[in-house]
Amino acid sequence: MSLTVLATGPLTTVQDLGRPGQAALGIGRSGVCDRASAGLANRLVGNPTDAAVLEVTFGGLAVRAEADLLVVTTGARCPGAPHAAPTVLRRGQELRLGPPASGLRSYLAVRGGIDVPPVLGSRATDLLAGLGPAVVATGDVLPVGTPVDPAPGVDLAPVPEPATGEVAVAVLPGPRADWFGDPGWAALTGQAWTVTSESNRVGLRLDGAPLERLRTGELPSEGMVRGALQVPPSGLPVLFLADHPVTGGYPVIGYVSDADVDTCAQLRPGQTLRLRAR
Amino acid sequence: MRLLPSGSAALLVELDGLDDVLALYAALSAEPPHGVVDVVPAARTVLLMTDPAVTTLDAVADAVRATTPRPDAQAVGDRIELPVHYDGADLAEAAELLGLTPEGLVERHTGAEWTVAFCGFAPGFGYLTQPGEQWDVPRRASPRTKVPPGSVALAGEFSGVYPRESPGGWQLIGRTDVAVFDLHREPAALLRPGTRVRFVVAGR
Repeated sequence: MSLTVLATGPLTTVQDLGRPGQAALGIGRSGVCDRASAGLANRLVGNPTDAAVLEVTFGGLAVRAEADLLVVTTGARCPGAPHAAPTVLRRGQELRLGPPASGLRSYLAVRGGIDVPPVLGSRATDLLAGLGPAVVATGDVLPVGTPVDPAPGVDLAPVPEPATGEVAVAVLPGPRADWFGDPGWAALTGQAWTVTSESNRVGLRLDGAPLERLRTGELPSEGMVRGALQVPPSGLPVLFLADHPVTGGYPVIGYVSDADVDTCAQLRPGQTLRLRAR
Repeated sequence: MRLLPSGSAALLVELDGLDDVLALYAALSAEPPHGVVDVVPAARTVLLMTDPAVTTLDAVADAVRATTPRPDAQAVGDRIELPVHYDGADLAEAAELLGLTPEGLVERHTGAEWTVAFCGFAPGFGYLTQPGEQWDVPRRASPRTKVPPGSVALAGEFSGVYPRESPGGWQLIGRTDVAVFDLHREPAALLRPGTRVRFVVAGR
């Protein structure tokens, strides 16, 4: 069983839940950017939660089924795709994902999972570390694994669409919030940040009124988690997503709470983000 | 020891210095508290990433406070030798910054054992320290866009070996033919926290 890739759109990668437990060796977790959406996609086709899916950025993926396959998409809704509704793609049939009207990242799950060889225990493509399967390219034939879990009897999962326009998420003070003090925290939480087009799987780059440090000097490198709002000397925070560096040397003023990072992973360039103190 | 929250799912433990980091990391990695999925040592901190479905940050904080650091464990890592061609582009400059001749720098670099304090920057990049020796080498003012794989370098109190081609601002003093990160080897990372390294001259 396999899928042949006819087109990839701007970026399609194979992802799973990543490589937890190896950060001490400089190997980050990586994995799907929007864990909730990818998890739902796997459940809808009866896959274990750690099965590999395709993460499609801004639509554009086209695949041909080389066997009868049960497929579903979640996350950003792409025209032409069976969204949150598992569907059999017959052998020889093609599936083309149009550009989503809202949101950025869609997940295509296939019953049996994308069965490329794992690298260090995971099928996730880590673009920063250069680990895992290569970025999906036109002409690739992606093997599909053997289903293990029973097929679920679900026709349609009602899920909200990713938001358009301004999005608000909760932010918690980070370990170096004191480097910015009360004025820095007020500036972080008091403005609407614009997501820039330099954003990627490593992080969302935010544009706005720069945050000012109260303290100068160097911070020795320290461990980072997804959701970190790291502030480089420009004063413009970077919100770390799945492929963030394991350690970093710029102060982290705050953290978006873990569950809200999924929401942030659906933001497109130009959308605004409010960080509300909880 | 200071416990600092790092979001809703991680806890950063700040310590006085590298020795304390290594001693606490040794204890935590040998017996991670329930629900901890990753323990990341760094220069002054140990980060604990948790599975929020399994534990709370309060429970992990209590477990960290109840952990007895193991300063002895530093001396139990693997011991390896890395042959180095000391012909790096920054050898003369790095030597001058340290008030040494290039030969003197090589002598000092090979003269005593280094220990991997922590990893980061790239998979398999170990930050090596030489206990008892005061290395203090400034980074290059302008980082190179491409550092060749196997480059042996110095920055601050650390020495390191670039696992693959990448940008980098460290001073390059030499190169090794040994792959410090190899996916076809188990373990892939040669330099792990606690590994002791002796650099030896492979020729110039």
